[in-house]
Amino acid sequence: MSVLRALGSEFEKVFTTRMWWLLALLLVGYVAFLAGGFGAFLGWAVENPDAAANAGNTQLPPGMQLAPLIYSFASSIGYVFPVLLGALAVTGEFRHRTLTPTFLAEPHRSVVLGAKFVSELLLGAGFGMIAFLTSVGTGAAALAAFGLDTELGEPDTWALIGRGVLAMALWATIGVGLGSLVPNQVAAIVIVLAFTQFIEPILRLAASLNDVTATIGQFLPGAASDALVGASFYSIASVGAAESLDWWQGGLVLLAIGVVATLIGGATTWRRDVT
Amino acid sequence: MKSGIPIEISGLSKQFGHVTAVDDLSFTVEPGRVTGFLGPNGAGKTTTLRVLLGLVRATAGTATFGGTPYRDLPKPLETVGAALDANFHPGRTARNHLKVYATAAGLPSARVPAVLEQVGIAEFADRRVGGYSLGMRQRLSLAYTLLGDPGVLVLDEPINGLDPEGIKWIRGFLQRLAHEGRTVLVSSHLLSEVQQSVDDVVIISRGRLVRSGTLSSLELDAAPRTIADSPDRLRLAAALDQAGLEYTEGRNGFIVAEPDPGRVGHAAFVGGVELNALHRLRSGLEESFLSLVNGEASPLVDDDSRPVEVDGGEV
Repeated sequence: MSVLRALGSEFEKVFTTRMWWLLALLLVGYVAFLAGGFGAFLGWAVENPDAAANAGNTQLPPGMQLAPLIYSFASSIGYVFPVLLGALAVTGEFRHRTLTPTFLAEPHRSVVLGAKFVSELLLGAGFGMIAFLTSVGTGAAALAAFGLDTELGEPDTWALIGRGVLAMALWATIGVGLGSLVPNQVAAIVIVLAFTQFIEPILRLAASLNDVTATIGQFLPGAASDALVGASFYSIASVGAAESLDWWQGGLVLLAIGVVATLIGGATTWRRDVT
Repeated sequence: MKSGIPIEISGLSKQFGHVTAVDDLSFTVEPGRVTGFLGPNGAGKTTTLRVLLGLVRATAGTATFGGTPYRDLPKPLETVGAALDANFHPGRTARNHLKVYATAAGLPSARVPAVLEQVGIAEFADRRVGGYSLGMRQRLSLAYTLLGDPGVLVLDEPINGLDPEGIKWIRGFLQRLAHEGRTVLVSSHLLSEVQQSVDDVVIISRGRLVRSGTLSSLELDAAPRTIADSPDRLRLAAALDQAGLEYTEGRNGFIVAEPDPGRVGHAAFVGGVELNALHRLRSGLEESFLSLVNGEASPLVDDDSRPVEVDGGEV
């Protein structure tokens, strides 16, 4: 089966260069820092409500579940890494001009792009597992240190982790779609970083100020991802009513973005002459 | 014996925007021979090869392997091995580079060390390609073409960047592949680079065919002169006059305006003159090549012009 061979080849492409573990290492560091640090800070704030109130406006909404919030850092801030992994899998072929040997070995270009989509879906899930292992490990340690409930006995917590892994998998396919739309590697990386780190957070914050824009804002990929996972620090950061899709709707929005972007890219840049 | 398949280019044209890279090009490359695909830089060689390999879409015409376009070959890497440019992911080792494509083509992984051995870079197999010299990259490109042990080889400028030892090696290598019955097409912008290894030539200029045929046919009209020398130059001059041959006297003997050394030898024999040198003027081949490609560059803007047969005798 040429489809399975193409899939195997795509996995080998990823694992025979260093990019995947560099990104995984950064993911672990970033998530560990924020989940552990935020967990410790929130733990301290709960332990010392008066001091926290004096220190600033950090009073937590009453009844707020800390553990899911902290664990969800894995996807709510870590999602940029599977996007990069997926985008690099496509743009790297353009940048290093390896499309020539790739298309010589498998002349059916849609098979190659399909294999990238599926392999990145699975690799994104792998990144998701790494990220949640990190956020649960550091976050639960921080909570336990303050004697707070880690909620690891709750089935809801594990459902959240499962949905988070799914979100990370879907983000990697969005990366594939973006890479096939924007084959210039530098441009693709700039777009990923600018959109995920600046543009979307600002849009989400701005959209939440008004009911109409809030309805639209919930279809932003980051918002859809948080809806899928079910918890995010954005839910306490946003002003006004936090509109949110159901978890499965959020998942479908992410999937649709990845599929549509990959299909458009596959019909345009991916079909161009390889010179 | 490998069963080579002919390469058939028919009425091929490719336009990039307003630029015509290949213009109504037709030729055939036969199995069992090394064919040089020649032309100056920008003549359309690489574009032709990329169309042939399904990487670039033709504007008109076809390019096939025995009638089958590349993308319709059931087992492409086992039918055609192609090296177009020596570009690799710099962070991947040579072994892994080949493994990735062996997997994609469904080839046994044992082929990887075998082809690395075949091109002589087995000892560098686990080094990242980023540290490779141009010559080593060229060899790795060749290793890729051999992965599927194909009957057809398409190599774009494979000699570029090789050191003298590498050039000698690749000449023998190409000949061996052709003797095994394979179809071997090698492009170059220098005739001198491939003249010792090719049997046939296809010469293009500005996207059009200017000449195709055997190298020796090119040599015949490329070398319209013969060098002849004798210990007794006066008598040789008389003999040449007698035979009605035109000549000029050079440092190494007479340069006779006659492509066939046999006729010059005959003239000397008839005149009873001893010869101590009789051979074709070799430098004429490169000159002939240049006149072919430059002749086409002169104001021939007529779109309907047929492939031009330039008579080398005019050189």
